[in-house]
Amino acid sequence: MSTHTTDSAHAFTLPVNSDALISMRHIKKVFLTDEVETHALVEVHLDIREGEYVAISGPSGCGKTTLLSILGLLDAPTAGEYLLAGTPVAGLSIPERAQVRNRQIGFIFQAFNLIGDLTVYENVELPLTYRTGDAALDAAERKRRVVEALEKVGMAHRTKHYPAQLSGGQQQRVAVARAVAGGPAILLADEPTGNLDSKNGEAVMGLLQELHRGGATICMVTHDPRYAEHADRSVLLFDGRVVEDTAHAGPRATHASL
Amino acid sequence: MISLRNVERSHKAGSGVTYVLRRISLDIAAGEFVTIMGPSGAGKSTLLAILGMLDPAFTGEYFFRGCPVHTMALRQRQSCAREQIGFVFQQYHLLDDLTVAENLGVPLDYRGISRSERTARVADVLDRFNIVGKKDLYPTQLSGGQQQLVGIARAVVAEPSLILADEPTGNLHSAQAREIMELFARLNAAGTTIVQVTHSEENAGYGQRTIRLHDGWMEAA
Repeated sequence: MSTHTTDSAHAFTLPVNSDALISMRHIKKVFLTDEVETHALVEVHLDIREGEYVAISGPSGCGKTTLLSILGLLDAPTAGEYLLAGTPVAGLSIPERAQVRNRQIGFIFQAFNLIGDLTVYENVELPLTYRTGDAALDAAERKRRVVEALEKVGMAHRTKHYPAQLSGGQQQRVAVARAVAGGPAILLADEPTGNLDSKNGEAVMGLLQELHRGGATICMVTHDPRYAEHADRSVLLFDGRVVEDTAHAGPRATHASL
Repeated sequence: MISLRNVERSHKAGSGVTYVLRRISLDIAAGEFVTIMGPSGAGKSTLLAILGMLDPAFTGEYFFRGCPVHTMALRQRQSCAREQIGFVFQQYHLLDDLTVAENLGVPLDYRGISRSERTARVADVLDRFNIVGKKDLYPTQLSGGQQQLVGIARAVVAEPSLILADEPTGNLHSAQAREIMELFARLNAAGTTIVQVTHSEENAGYGQRTIRLHDGWMEAA
């Protein structure tokens, strides 16, 4: 169903899909700079099911980073509906977004974003220490999660190291551990191999695939078609719209019921 | 304050060894503002990591206020660094899920400082940096220059005697960069020792002395 309607032709609206982990409808994002409006996202509909591995690609300026920011609740859409795990999140206040983000979203950034003067262990633990109320975790539970996450990425032997002592590939593995330690509903990766050489890039892609096989839902932005092929499904953005949405053939494409 | 003697740092590369730093001997006195410059790959960031006690895998001697860092165990090194050193990074290293005030509290959490003392210190630094009005905002709501201002506030909140800054204006445009450099100059005038790595001659002009690295070697001053 491809609907290239203009803004004025709002004769019908697509309902959100409450069965999906993520369901976005009619998402728009307009930036205002020096009185010039930039329409970063024009009309985006996107569903991501639990357990899927989705790659988002497209030329620079197509809106993929904006879309990832909205998916990850770092930014709010100008208009549209966004359902995350059954809860409408498009209209949340900034503190509410931060709280949902801390619990539901695991981020993996191109530049790793580890804190340089904290050890590997402390970097992975840090987001867990800021959970309050019924989400609060005691020290023993935090430790269990940190150790388990570092074991998953093969970095459990480096807990006392600082980021400066690690290679780029190792730093990104620690960043992946930090993202999964909180048990998020979805992992969002923004060009996770962008700062790595091809050998370390492949290793990080292998790690994401392993997490996916273990049940993790992943959405990754990449401009590299080789890496997009690691995913179950490719979403191509162009000029702020989804122009292609393809399931990849192969043993991992198990959502043929779509 | 800082004294390095014949410090070397190398990586194993295949069957050989690649040197990142060669025979670095260097003294920095308390109250100095020193700049480290050199082309990419010259070893600047590695030197800063060694000074910051974040990289113990060097040979040679490093004395910090008379204490031999090269013989310290991890725990000792860590508590010394956390008592004495504040870090400023090019990428700010702020946590997106935390407000400005919460980000400023992070270093205090890792220094075993009580909650009430923590609140007081964060309030004090918000005041000194003139960012009280931004305390409940999140990093993504700030410009790059404002984020780095918070990055520096976080570095000084634990009242370090030494600030290490790795390309602190690398992601900023020139007006923001000047503001950040003037802030460093004021902190230095108030007694904090500063060592910065930069590519910018203009930034180097804020310091009193420049050390130049080339392929891991220090050029004669």
